[in-house]
Amino acid sequence: MANLTWKTFKGIPLALTLVWIAGFAAALHFMDKSVIAFLGILSSIVLIYYTNTSKAIKMVIGAAVLLIVIPLVAGENRYYMEVASQVGIYVAMALGLNIVVGFAGLLDLGYVAFFAAGAYAYAIFSTSQANEFIAGNLFPLSGEWFWPFLIVGLIVAAVFGVLLGLPVLRVKGDYLAIVTLGFGEIIRIIFNNLDKPINITNGPQGITPIPSPELFGIKMGTPFFFYFIVLFVIAFIVLANIRFEHSRLGRAWIAVREDELAAQSMGISLLNTKLAAFATGASFAGVVGVIFAAKQTFIDPTSFTLMESIGILVMVILGGSGSIPGVVLGAAFVTILQVQLLKEFSNFLHSLQQSGIINLPNQLDPSKFQRLIFGIMLILAALYRPNGLIPAKRKKNDLDAIKASDYGKEKLGILGKLSQLASGKQS
Amino acid sequence: MALLEAKNLTKRFGGLVANQDVSISIEKGSITAVIGPNGAGKTTFFNMITGFYEPDEGEILLNGKSIKGLRPDQIASRGITRTFQNIRLFKEMTALENVMVGVHSRLSAGLLGILFNTKRVRVEEEKARVEAYQLLEYVGIAHIANEAAGSLPYGLQRRLEIARAMATNPEIILLDEPAAGMNPRETVEMTDFIRKLKRELDLTIILIEHDMKLVMGLSEYIHVLDYGRKIAEGTPEQIRNNPNVIEAYLGKSASEVS
Repeated sequence: MANLTWKTFKGIPLALTLVWIAGFAAALHFMDKSVIAFLGILSSIVLIYYTNTSKAIKMVIGAAVLLIVIPLVAGENRYYMEVASQVGIYVAMALGLNIVVGFAGLLDLGYVAFFAAGAYAYAIFSTSQANEFIAGNLFPLSGEWFWPFLIVGLIVAAVFGVLLGLPVLRVKGDYLAIVTLGFGEIIRIIFNNLDKPINITNGPQGITPIPSPELFGIKMGTPFFFYFIVLFVIAFIVLANIRFEHSRLGRAWIAVREDELAAQSMGISLLNTKLAAFATGASFAGVVGVIFAAKQTFIDPTSFTLMESIGILVMVILGGSGSIPGVVLGAAFVTILQVQLLKEFSNFLHSLQQSGIINLPNQLDPSKFQRLIFGIMLILAALYRPNGLIPAKRKKNDLDAIKASDYGKEKLGILGKLSQLASGKQS
Repeated sequence: MALLEAKNLTKRFGGLVANQDVSISIEKGSITAVIGPNGAGKTTFFNMITGFYEPDEGEILLNGKSIKGLRPDQIASRGITRTFQNIRLFKEMTALENVMVGVHSRLSAGLLGILFNTKRVRVEEEKARVEAYQLLEYVGIAHIANEAAGSLPYGLQRRLEIARAMATNPEIILLDEPAAGMNPRETVEMTDFIRKLKRELDLTIILIEHDMKLVMGLSEYIHVLDYGRKIAEGTPEQIRNNPNVIEAYLGKSASEVS
């Protein structure tokens, strides 16, 4: 019954979506601290996705909400801007891991290593840390270097991706998961110990102060600026993902995931395809690693633990492995849950307790609830949405456009041999 | 010179000898069948030709050049393609996309080209889509181009697999039990279709098949394997009357009857 309802669901009427946006925008404007209003605005993105209107209009409204509405009503609130940036960073990483796990089907449990690679790349060279092993007192680099370092972080992480990919390519399934988990841990431990004999990462003490990005002399260190920087980077990452998905490479990834033997028989090189998946996925983490370092102004190995890798994997699977809108929603959902909702919920319970309305025994302390509630959500998702919040769906090609194409005037490929026949046979 | 020559191929798996000294020569444009009882080593033979197994002894020559030791994807780019005994389609992709995967080795789009959506990549993609659609039309399943491959009925899946193999623009196509699981009417359709492939597209076809009607009706030349060795080769007429072949399939007493 529920399935039938879903199938006949034509999409939310545009008017309803606009009213929703306007309503929550106003609410947020007047009730500054309202978590519900903030969530309402963020969830309008999901509504826009399901709205019954053209793609162009959806993009315009979505862009308007992200670029105009949210900064306008929540811009002064450091906390909301901070949460939004955080969500953005995890969205980018989930999209990266989606390529490895979702498209290519390679179970990677050490993804955070690439994030660390990007973060440390920027941190080392933008502070005086680099002077420890490069002579000449050339460092620190100013915040102006943030922008080119986005590319540097991308490349460094991609190189790490290839280095990881090469030895693990023969290994499959569970064994791949364990090897990648090991790699993630090894990177963290290496960074933790790379302060002797040459001090490259400053070990457990971490690296600080990492400068904020600068553009034409303007320091862009506040959460407000980072919100836009993250948005800017995500736009590129989403675009790249969409392009990959429906390309020769994307098809190769999915073919390798579905059936390696058949993929090889069709001329797909397993080595190149898997390496490309690792490198591309890693590069996204590298880019936002740089942003993370600049935003936090201090990084140390404890930011790059196994739990982070697992967290990002959860976002991908919960959202819909292989589905771009799915993992975006998954990342947003999990991040907001962790960072905001659960804290608010336990604050709420604490305040109830303090005003004496309810009396919870020590075991039911709300802060312990966070993990429990998170676990329950995961179980519910596994039971009711096993393919993810927004399951992956292959694009339906426009067959009329194909039939009308100029290239269809002659038979292509092996069918070209048909023209050697006298009769104009058309199936 | 034969198009494909397998010389003295031997493959062992520990103590089991899957192929022993198998020599098979394939002429261009022919339809050749490799038959034999279950476990005779036919699929092992196919796997060696397509690069999934490396022969322990022997040589494989394509147009006179050795392809022994090449990876399966390299062999596919050299013009040898195959279908599988238990259909191996990419279930989550649409029929059209499955066929587009077949075009993979003939496309040149790389990471950067895809990222920047260059004109060359766009043109290439459109041509690949058109070609895939034309192939679907040719095998008669264009109407389900946008359906997920895993959701198609068995007969259409078989045809889709062939369309996908054709997208590699092969010289040689290896069909591993193309009529498996088909009723008599479907088998006749498949037989006609394979003949059409050879006639219209000048394809060289090698089949593994158990359905004797299809084998006898279609093949120009037959090689018979039993327990890893070749026990006979010849035209369908010769094979039909060969006592060794009859014995292999039906046992000694049957050969004495004929």
